[in-house]
Amino acid sequence: MNATTGTMLAELLRDDGLLDDWVEAQAVAGSGRGLDATQLRADATGFLAVLREAVAADGAAPDAAAWTPVRAYLSELSRRRVHQGFTPSETATFVFSLKQPLFARVDGPASSGGSDAIWGVSELVDRLGLWTFEEYQRGRDEIVRRQQEEMIELSTPVVKLWEGVLAVPLIGTLDSERTQVVMETLLQQIVDTSSSIAIIDITGVPTVDTLVAQHLLKTVAAARLMGADCIISGIRPQIAQTIVHLGLTLSEVTTKASIADAIAEALDRLGLRVVRQGS
Amino acid sequence: MEAGGERIPILKMGDLLLVTIQVDMHDQLAVRLQDDLTTRIVQDRAHGVLIDISSLELVDSFIGRMLGNIAAMARVLDASTVVVGMQPAVAITLVELGLQLPGVQTALDVEQGMELLRGTTKRDPERDVDRAAL
Repeated sequence: MNATTGTMLAELLRDDGLLDDWVEAQAVAGSGRGLDATQLRADATGFLAVLREAVAADGAAPDAAAWTPVRAYLSELSRRRVHQGFTPSETATFVFSLKQPLFARVDGPASSGGSDAIWGVSELVDRLGLWTFEEYQRGRDEIVRRQQEEMIELSTPVVKLWEGVLAVPLIGTLDSERTQVVMETLLQQIVDTSSSIAIIDITGVPTVDTLVAQHLLKTVAAARLMGADCIISGIRPQIAQTIVHLGLTLSEVTTKASIADAIAEALDRLGLRVVRQGS
Repeated sequence: MEAGGERIPILKMGDLLLVTIQVDMHDQLAVRLQDDLTTRIVQDRAHGVLIDISSLELVDSFIGRMLGNIAAMARVLDASTVVVGMQPAVAITLVELGLQLPGVQTALDVEQGMELLRGTTKRDPERDVDRAAL
């Protein structure tokens, strides 16, 4: 990128008709799907404004400090479009569609820099487009990460069933990270509520492999060290078969087929009894 | 450190011994506790040992093993041990270290620990009565 590219770009951008042509090009490329015309136009106007400033300040060097507002603008725009449900191509086309109206003007009075300058402009637009794409990706990654965290928190509630009895209904696949969260929340709740019995219900756990079983046993062992007993409930027939086929021993843990049995066992250990009214 | 230095107090309550660990355990201290406790179990003819570790926030494999050892020694001397008030972080660490303290009884707090010990040692007064009758 050299000074001629910068000069050429500055001249190209000075053309007032560029905005209209670009908005039209975007409409043709279909990059503004679902957005109303005013919003599209506002996005384009805003981008051209920061772009003009950057070109005026520091030519055509997109890594320079003067280009920071341009990058920030694109980053904000792509993240917004992520949330609006745009596809990656549609988002990147926002920038790429600028090429057509720009090059349409190269033949006009602005064409003074020669092929090198044209190449420079092309390369610059490409880089901005790629930047947009990367930002789009980053926005998507953020959403995925946030959803993952929310899922971890959502899926590990520790509920108090009775005075001294806690229950953890586990839903979904157990990996190391989730088990760690389950273990920590359960143990903390045991301390906070001073409960001596914890029921771990695995009805919602699709598969139990050696790793999951090991995680469960660790949780049980840690709870025992703190002075609380664990009951594992909700073991489905297939899971019982898997456990035996894998050669796992859950002998030192109380296991129950359903959570109802586990509650009955817990109440029994506390010396409580449920009786029908009037009998 | 000299023998007269820091040590963990051991309180006698009936035929139970109560140990509250309120400082960070270092290896010397742990060894001395082991010594003192076994001596006191014999001296006081104690039948139960209650170790409160609710203020203990750091634990290593040595301390973990020491807890197991104390319980095993106490059992040889016919006293049962209950470890009470273990913090979640300590429990997780011990499990990760593979120290699950198999022979040690546990309870959530001193109160429940006492109940547990009374339950296991409550035959003793009768035994004493029987012995007195002989």
